[in-house]
Amino acid sequence: MNKKILATTSLAGCFGCHMSILDIDERILDLIELVEFNKSPIDDIKKFTKPVDIGIIEGGCCNSENVEILKYFRENCKILVSLGECAIMDGLPAMRNGIPIEECLREAYIDGPTVQENHEHIIPNDEELPVILDQVYPCHEIVKIDYFLPGCAPRADLIWNALYALITDSPMEMPYEVVKFD
Amino acid sequence: MAEKSKINQILSKFENDETRLMDILLSINVMQGYISQKDMQDISVLLGISMAQVQETATFYHFISTTPRGKYNIYLDNSITAVMKGRAEVKEAFEQFCGTTFGKVSEEGMFGLYDTSCIGMNDQEPAAIINDKVFTNLTPYRVKHLVEDMRAGKSPNDLMYEDYGNGNNADPDVKAMVNNHIRKKSIILKDDYQPFSFLKTKLKEYTPERVVKEIEASNLRGRGGAGFPTGLKWRFGRRTDGKHRVIICNADEGEPGTFKDRVLLTEYPELIFEGMVVAAFATGSDIGLLYLRYEYKYLLRFLNRKLAEMRKKHFLGKDIAGIGDFDFDIRIQLGAGAYICGEESALIESLEGKRGEPRDKPPFPVEKGYLGYPTIVNNVETLATAVKILHHGAEWYAGFGTKDSLGTKLLSISGDCRYPGIYEVEWGTTIREILAMSGAADVQAIQVGGPSGMIIGMKDINNMDNSKLMKWYKPSGMMIAEKFFNRKLSYSDLPTGGSIMIFNNSRDLLGEVVMNFMDFFIEESCGSCSTCRNMPLIMKNKLQKILDGNGVSQDIYDLLNWGKVLKASRCGLGQTAGNPILSSIFHFRHLYEQRIQSLTQFDSGFDLEKATERAGKFVHKKPVFHHF
Repeated sequence: MNKKILATTSLAGCFGCHMSILDIDERILDLIELVEFNKSPIDDIKKFTKPVDIGIIEGGCCNSENVEILKYFRENCKILVSLGECAIMDGLPAMRNGIPIEECLREAYIDGPTVQENHEHIIPNDEELPVILDQVYPCHEIVKIDYFLPGCAPRADLIWNALYALITDSPMEMPYEVVKFD
Repeated sequence: MAEKSKINQILSKFENDETRLMDILLSINVMQGYISQKDMQDISVLLGISMAQVQETATFYHFISTTPRGKYNIYLDNSITAVMKGRAEVKEAFEQFCGTTFGKVSEEGMFGLYDTSCIGMNDQEPAAIINDKVFTNLTPYRVKHLVEDMRAGKSPNDLMYEDYGNGNNADPDVKAMVNNHIRKKSIILKDDYQPFSFLKTKLKEYTPERVVKEIEASNLRGRGGAGFPTGLKWRFGRRTDGKHRVIICNADEGEPGTFKDRVLLTEYPELIFEGMVVAAFATGSDIGLLYLRYEYKYLLRFLNRKLAEMRKKHFLGKDIAGIGDFDFDIRIQLGAGAYICGEESALIESLEGKRGEPRDKPPFPVEKGYLGYPTIVNNVETLATAVKILHHGAEWYAGFGTKDSLGTKLLSISGDCRYPGIYEVEWGTTIREILAMSGAADVQAIQVGGPSGMIIGMKDINNMDNSKLMKWYKPSGMMIAEKFFNRKLSYSDLPTGGSIMIFNNSRDLLGEVVMNFMDFFIEESCGSCSTCRNMPLIMKNKLQKILDGNGVSQDIYDLLNWGKVLKASRCGLGQTAGNPILSSIFHFRHLYEQRIQSLTQFDSGFDLEKATERAGKFVHKKPVFHHF
């Protein structure tokens, strides 16, 4: 059997979902037998080097770079999976969605109680920096997402079961312990 | 901020009764234009209720404000008919001459400009309420003069720029420039009505049971739109034990496009009050309440005068019409601007001084209603019809209408027609006849019956293809297309609360009409159920996406499916809040299909340039996109 190609990325997330991927523990050795990693923080490949079967997205989109990477994934992956609360519905970053973006930036760089030594009141605007979006967007509001794995973070078993089902083209096992979220 | 003594005065006027909180808040609102935090605190302390209780009522209603408003407050109707008759220009004129924008108060505190949901003047739009007075047929020219007069300090009464309207609109206690526009009279609007003649001469011969039986025999059904059998409601109310029983006349006519109750209240108040007295006799009720929507406040003094006259003639009070132990009186409760209060249990909540949120049912109001007493809530038109039925007999009444829908119905016709106004037609009249009657030409669509609350399920509206789909949605509010114009108004075919809005071929049904209706539901949701609080907005955004050219066929499918979620809402408003979109997909699917992209499977409509515009502007930089 040809190995499936896997890619992952973390957008506006906390890397918790990636930690949860690592929580599959020794099964990662089984996973390596089944898949080959391409662009991912796990192997630090920056650009896609071949077409990918399964792309896993952690986090929603809060800036222009997130959007571009997400679109880049969509172009290069056959199947795209939203992993975790932030990718599915913005999670914690969405707390800013009710606040005008100007106010957010001012609070972060000028008015906030923890801001020190920004005497010139500079809000970073270097060309190379991505631009923050007017609100945080979940991934499926930007590109088509094929599967959603909820949780904060999703359990390692849920991720394992889903990946295993996708790789082996078999139905996914979803026992209660894996899909309960308390 | 009112002085405590003034608040005390107002409270004692309403006997420190917390269930009169609506009146207390409205009185302070009239006195100083708004209710301050301090006022609310004072009220809560003096009434011995929590601050939150006062706040939740004070913040629920459109016409009660917790921030200062202007000396003159202009509430401009934003219903679709107003939009069609030139609302945009009128709005612009108000903004220009008042020097402020809508939703704000002008700098010197002179003018407050506000949008407001349908004020029941659809036959004479654009219309606005200025300090509780109604001004109709506005034009930018008239706005200019109105604003000049206001700047000169004239009172709302002196602002009238044309004669008072016809009939009782010219009554010294009304003095409104509103016109009745009664175009077709039948049994209810007939001129032969002698006020209180049934009460005076015949009621003595009846037992309560006989009254109920007569109404049952006539098969009269609620005229507010839901169509619950009135006789049955009276019987249920009569059967339930209680220290008191309550008759409520629902005059909170908030359905966009309906204005029949306004005309009945203006021209036939005696008929309505007589209906309430008869209903009280039949059900053994001693408390009578008429819930008048705030938009019709200009009728309040007139209606109270009529009640005073009735008391003088012993048609209210003790031993009414010489019948021993028949005690009954009517109080008019003013609403404060909330469409949802037309739903009977929300109306009762409001009458008790609370937020107008519908109650869980059962228990139904006939078992446990106002203050826990058995309560019968009837529409204005229902009560008026009941009197006519009793006067002439159920057999006579059966001579009108169709087999399953007896009698007549008052229609409020507005929109693209030559003669908008009130038409009393027999049930069974076809849409085509109505269009001919009202002088409508080049018709694209009509909206039959607003999406009001429904109590009983309707039978499948027609044996058309796809009718299964419509079973999901109560057919109370729907937009219908030409091919169905032969359909008849009746409880089995096209039931209606009376609102008929006509749109000709120049109208943009989706972009103009449907969007306007969705805005209405988004504005008027009480917020209690998450379905109704969120889904209309989500659906509207989806429709906007289609209108923006980003739609795909999946979007239509999503809308149909998501609409079903609304069925989980507690009341009729929530359950029907998706109808503008659902019925327009059902009858005008081609308008949707024209706009979607046929070759694309997925399009989120996300625009990166637009999403980065604000932040880019704020930090003065043009975003660089990397394009991997």
